[in-house]
Amino acid sequence: MRALPFVEGRVAVLDRPDVDTDQIIPKQFLKRIERSGYGRFLFYDWMKDESFELRRPQAQGASILLAGRNFGCGSSREHAAWALEDYGFRAVLAPSFGDIFRSNAVKSGLAPVAVSADELARVRAAVEEQNELVVDLERLELRHPSGLCVPFELDAYDQETLVHGLDDIARTLAREHEIAAYEKAHPARFDTRTLA
Amino acid sequence: MRSTLSRKVWDAHVVGGGEGRALLFVDLHLVHEVTSPQAFEGLRLAGRVVRRADLTVATMDHNVPTMEGPVADPLARAQLEALRRNCEEFGVRLFATGSGREGIVHVIGPELGVTQPGMTIVCGDSHTSTHGAFGALAFGVGTSEVEHVLATQTLPQALPRTMRVVFSGELPFGLTAKDMVLGAIGRLGVAGGVGHVLEYAGPAVEALSMEGRMTVCNMSIEAGARAGLVAPDETTFAYLEGRPAAPSGVAWEQALERWRALRSDPGAAFDAEVEVDVAALKPQVTWGTNPGMVAAVDGVVPDPSEFAEGEREAVERALRYMDLAPGTPLVEVRIDRVFIGSCTNARIEDLRAAARVVDGRRVAEGVRAIVVPGSARVKAQAEEEGLREVFERAGFEWRRAGCSMCLGMNPDVLAPGERCASTSNRNFEGRQGAGGRTHLVSPAMAAAAAVEGHFTDVRELVRS
Repeated sequence: MRALPFVEGRVAVLDRPDVDTDQIIPKQFLKRIERSGYGRFLFYDWMKDESFELRRPQAQGASILLAGRNFGCGSSREHAAWALEDYGFRAVLAPSFGDIFRSNAVKSGLAPVAVSADELARVRAAVEEQNELVVDLERLELRHPSGLCVPFELDAYDQETLVHGLDDIARTLAREHEIAAYEKAHPARFDTRTLA
Repeated sequence: MRSTLSRKVWDAHVVGGGEGRALLFVDLHLVHEVTSPQAFEGLRLAGRVVRRADLTVATMDHNVPTMEGPVADPLARAQLEALRRNCEEFGVRLFATGSGREGIVHVIGPELGVTQPGMTIVCGDSHTSTHGAFGALAFGVGTSEVEHVLATQTLPQALPRTMRVVFSGELPFGLTAKDMVLGAIGRLGVAGGVGHVLEYAGPAVEALSMEGRMTVCNMSIEAGARAGLVAPDETTFAYLEGRPAAPSGVAWEQALERWRALRSDPGAAFDAEVEVDVAALKPQVTWGTNPGMVAAVDGVVPDPSEFAEGEREAVERALRYMDLAPGTPLVEVRIDRVFIGSCTNARIEDLRAAARVVDGRRVAEGVRAIVVPGSARVKAQAEEEGLREVFERAGFEWRRAGCSMCLGMNPDVLAPGERCASTSNRNFEGRQGAGGRTHLVSPAMAAAAAVEGHFTDVRELVRS
């Protein structure tokens, strides 16, 4: 995964609450067995509507999505994060996220940045004046050329994963001795391979 | 230290700590065709193996056709074939279509007895919360996490907050677990449980069968909570005893001793608490495009002006999508399709409840209704009990097991503009087919809608 110390770019605004992952990527695209190429299916049904927020001129070329509360709720499909990333987004700003989506985003090189609704409104006002923003994942702040600076929180594990583009599995496998010790102390109670 | 049930299960699975994350051991990993191919491919590319195939089990459910015959869709066929190959290559037990044990992953886990109290369970599917009904900490994960669990049998996780949802009072006749959980989501909202594990408690939960508890836990994610659970009790143990993977003999007695300790200590602190009085509940019907947009069947489609600013626009958009006018009584909303199925409501008790309503009646003119059992076993049992005849006599189509029209990955989809009474879990835009309109209800309510052609209080059809 690519290292993502910061994101600098244009912001697209999708101010709707509870955008679910079924909207981000509808089910007919989940039959593919590849991990790439989902960007062209992003918001597939909503994109058919000419007035859809992401089709507006100011949203073109955006690498940051400013979204509403509970963004990415619903289905666990990681394809939603893959589609946003493949489309060109590197960060999503929202008051809150669906728990599974947030976790998937981090593993897909897409920074989920939780910012309060009030602060998000200030960021939105600023980018409506001048569409530029920096999402600094090392210093954990949003910066706008107007001088607006909004700090945000990200847990240390996710921050490290994103900033350095770490392979989560390799990190865990490095703890082999701990896992082996746990397994030794907790023998399996069944074996799925021998079930009648 | 007084501890909550979820915290006890959590603590028993911590392999090690670090950086605000605990490395949690996973006792059971359920796998299906849609969210696993990229995970297996990742293992292959990195030269990794499945660490604990003995704790992993796979099935085919999301995109399998429910009509007899081969898989016509080439993409679905390739995905199912990929699962078969991956399971062979990595030594994972697969309950494939036609094995007699296949079905929706959250239906077959409990059936096999691999879902047990106190376990940690994950699956690349958000409705993994279903297994919480057994007092397991069960949650949905993404494909990267599927790969992580395949390779390490663990997941680094941040400790979730806890919320107790107390269902007080006695559930009135004719109401079901589905009405309870829809009522709770109506109260909590679809984001109310974000960051939390829900623990369902109270007399109305204790009175539920295991299948009812599964329905409640299943929809935890629709309140935003990744997991929801119920303390195991005699009902749980009776359900489990004798299942293929359940312990037996001395091991069973030892297991009971362990499992009986799995409950929140008296006075244990939850981060949040909410109470739902089920005695005041009426059968629930969703009117909008998320499960929190729900009302009692004797209610009306709400007016967006009743909602706070910020919600109003979403409600307006939902009503536009659903083609519903504010003030319309829900009992006047006519339907085109009925779907009885899904990991929420496709177990034997669900089919019995629907059959009781349907028996001796006919599906209304112009309505197309299907029943999709949750598993091959449920299907066989329903056929033995004569439920298939009841449904078919009434004009329902009787199908093979799978996820089917809950998410419409297989050929079972709504046409644009069609309106469906569905026992599934999500009424999102396009969920059951682009342009389709979904209303979530209990199996009995779906059956009532099927025979009347519009929503109706099932208690007017079944009086005792």
